[in-house]
Amino acid sequence: MEQQKEASTLGMWTFLLTEILFFGGLFMAYMLYRIWYHDAFAAASRTLDLRWGGLNTVVLIASSLTMALGVRSAQLNRRKPLLLWLLATVVLGSVFLGVKVIEYSDKFEHHHVPGPNFVWESHEAAPAGEHQLGGGGPVTEPGRAASESAGHAPAASNPQFQQWTQIYFSLYFTMTGLHALHMIVGIVLMSVIAWMAWMGRFDDHYYTPVEMSGLYWHFVDIVWIYLFPLLYLIDRS
Amino acid sequence: MEATPTLPALHYLNNGYGLKSWLLTKDHKRIAILYLISISVFFFLGGLMALLIRLELATPEADLLSSDTYNKAFTLHGVIMVFFFLIPSIPATLGNFFIPMMVGAKDLAFPRINLLSWYIYLVGGIFTFYALAAGGVDTGWTFYTPYSAAVSNTHVIATALGVFIAGFSSILTGLNFVVTIHRMRAPGMTWFRLPLFVWAHYATSLIQILGTPVIAITMLMVFVERAFGFGIFDPARGGDPVLFQHLFWFYSHPAVYIMILPALGVMSELIAAFSRKKVFGYSFVAFSSLAIAVFSFIVWAHHMFVAGISVYSAMVFSFLSFSVAIPSAVKVFNWTATLYKASISFETPMLYAYGFMGLFTFGGLTGLILATLGTDVHLHDTYFVVAHFHYIMVGGAIMGYLGGLHYWWPKMVGRMYNEFLSRIAAILVFVGFNLTFFPQFVLGYLGMPRRYHMYPPEFQVLNVLSSAGASVLGLGYVLPLLYLLYSLKKGAVAGPNPWGAAGLEWRTSSPPPTENFPITPRVTTEAYEFEPQMAPEFKLV
Repeated sequence: MEQQKEASTLGMWTFLLTEILFFGGLFMAYMLYRIWYHDAFAAASRTLDLRWGGLNTVVLIASSLTMALGVRSAQLNRRKPLLLWLLATVVLGSVFLGVKVIEYSDKFEHHHVPGPNFVWESHEAAPAGEHQLGGGGPVTEPGRAASESAGHAPAASNPQFQQWTQIYFSLYFTMTGLHALHMIVGIVLMSVIAWMAWMGRFDDHYYTPVEMSGLYWHFVDIVWIYLFPLLYLIDRS
Repeated sequence: MEATPTLPALHYLNNGYGLKSWLLTKDHKRIAILYLISISVFFFLGGLMALLIRLELATPEADLLSSDTYNKAFTLHGVIMVFFFLIPSIPATLGNFFIPMMVGAKDLAFPRINLLSWYIYLVGGIFTFYALAAGGVDTGWTFYTPYSAAVSNTHVIATALGVFIAGFSSILTGLNFVVTIHRMRAPGMTWFRLPLFVWAHYATSLIQILGTPVIAITMLMVFVERAFGFGIFDPARGGDPVLFQHLFWFYSHPAVYIMILPALGVMSELIAAFSRKKVFGYSFVAFSSLAIAVFSFIVWAHHMFVAGISVYSAMVFSFLSFSVAIPSAVKVFNWTATLYKASISFETPMLYAYGFMGLFTFGGLTGLILATLGTDVHLHDTYFVVAHFHYIMVGGAIMGYLGGLHYWWPKMVGRMYNEFLSRIAAILVFVGFNLTFFPQFVLGYLGMPRRYHMYPPEFQVLNVLSSAGASVLGLGYVLPLLYLLYSLKKGAVAGPNPWGAAGLEWRTSSPPPTENFPITPRVTTEAYEFEPQMAPEFKLV
């Protein structure tokens, strides 16, 4: 039994390592384009609503707390609190997804979903971006050193500006979408664990599944802790 | 005299016969067999594509295949061979079967995840089959953007999803191995008593765990770009195709070592078993596996020297690529030193081992030519590159796989194959291989680019040689299929240890019982402790 628990723990941490690299590719792409198309990214990130993002951050951190309390209840063999904390985690996770739906539908209304219907109005660039020089990114030949072709057109009037904001939204949707998928998996997982707790499968000797799902949940939470500043906060003013 | 060996009464193969006993099995040995069957299907499918390619290239004109069909043939050849044969080949079959036995465990750490990985592999395979049946895909196995994301009108999405899904089966296999090697070793089986096969798989698993997620996310980005019109890599929309190449090779270069490292592990076992000697410099060979795994992650941009990366980073990557040669050479030198003054015998697995050493060394040295900046500009995207990586992938990985398969076949099924036929096959593979790929070095040096299905008439002689070699090679691959299948029923009973090899897997019956060992083994010796053997005439009694 002890060996099984050790094996599961090592397996779970290894799995989370693969998850870090999985998201890592996206973070890499985001970093590169953010440096190249700094102003476009800053302008695009200003269209996100800080209140919704902030609310979701609070909700997720709270859900991590309830999860941790759930694991603690399992360790102390308190079945009812365990069930309640797990359900609270499920509810908070669902709230997060609900807010995400509101945010996504807002993007649809403003035609900020990348693809053929994507529209970026030049006035959407908030004041700070208006008078700066265009993004340092390549205009004709992406992949060359950015400095070679540093654009000198005013940011918002550069015809490529729209394209660059589209890259921002492409990454925004891919990153938050992938995160939301992980949230959905997590909520299903938590529901199963809650059902198992309801059936009385866990006690203070055996609660490995609770602990492992907890690790997963905290990981998904931490991904958001990085996504939130990257997508919403940096260079906002 | 020893009594004629008999098959054990109860073993993992006769412990249940129904379809359900296979499809829902949690036994790592049965899952290995399931993998063996499925990768063989993919191998012969990919081989068929290769045969089509070589048939077309027998003449300078395009007569057999149209340009489009040719593009699809080499793409499917690459996709199938890389993602559905080479990557799972040794780890998912031989590794799956023997790692638990070598560490003295009953099974892998997560038997259900092991079965799950096989199903995930199958789902990925079905996507790829669908792409093939629906009309194929023509991007090359590299899926370079913007062609794959915005231009090609073939079935990129299905294929990319197939690769994406199959990647998770690879991750789960690696994860299972790492945890098994850490946590499931039998009492007394310390890290430095592990067979080198296990060390090689540990290094492989690290690459699978750290590299595969990156290709997965890259394929996902190509997918969203193609399916939803997101712009991430499309230069027309400000995206960067070179970023794709970086992400792609960040996995796909280490992936080369996912394919070759297990074969290097097999080699250490073969050399030790057939020279009846401890592997020289055990810890050097063990750590060179880890060193290769580490180096594999810092050399990827040598695929991109002419893609417009900066000169300075090209220099750094060129230098780092050279350094991979060090741990690889450590292995080859140590094997050679093991052979020195050893009592060598030349059974079939050893023939493959010898073939491997020559081809791997040759393939590795031509890799240095490609890692050199100046020569790479001349040789990039020519047949020289094709020949180089086939020397490693076919001459290395597949030779290692076949050598291992012949070595452990008696343990897996309890019966011997026909030794004469298998030696013929091993020689056919070696000769056919060299005839196929050596002329391609010359072709590449003369400037024939890869991935074209027409060429100037003066290249015909070399191309005909190559195509002729391919048919010999094909014969060398079909032959084992026949005599190995034949041996299942008719082969002589092997007994627990037909080779007189060391290692825990030979201490149990062949085929092994479901729980591998009747009692948990206790390990008291180093790896490759051979019992002193006297010549028959001196044997007492």
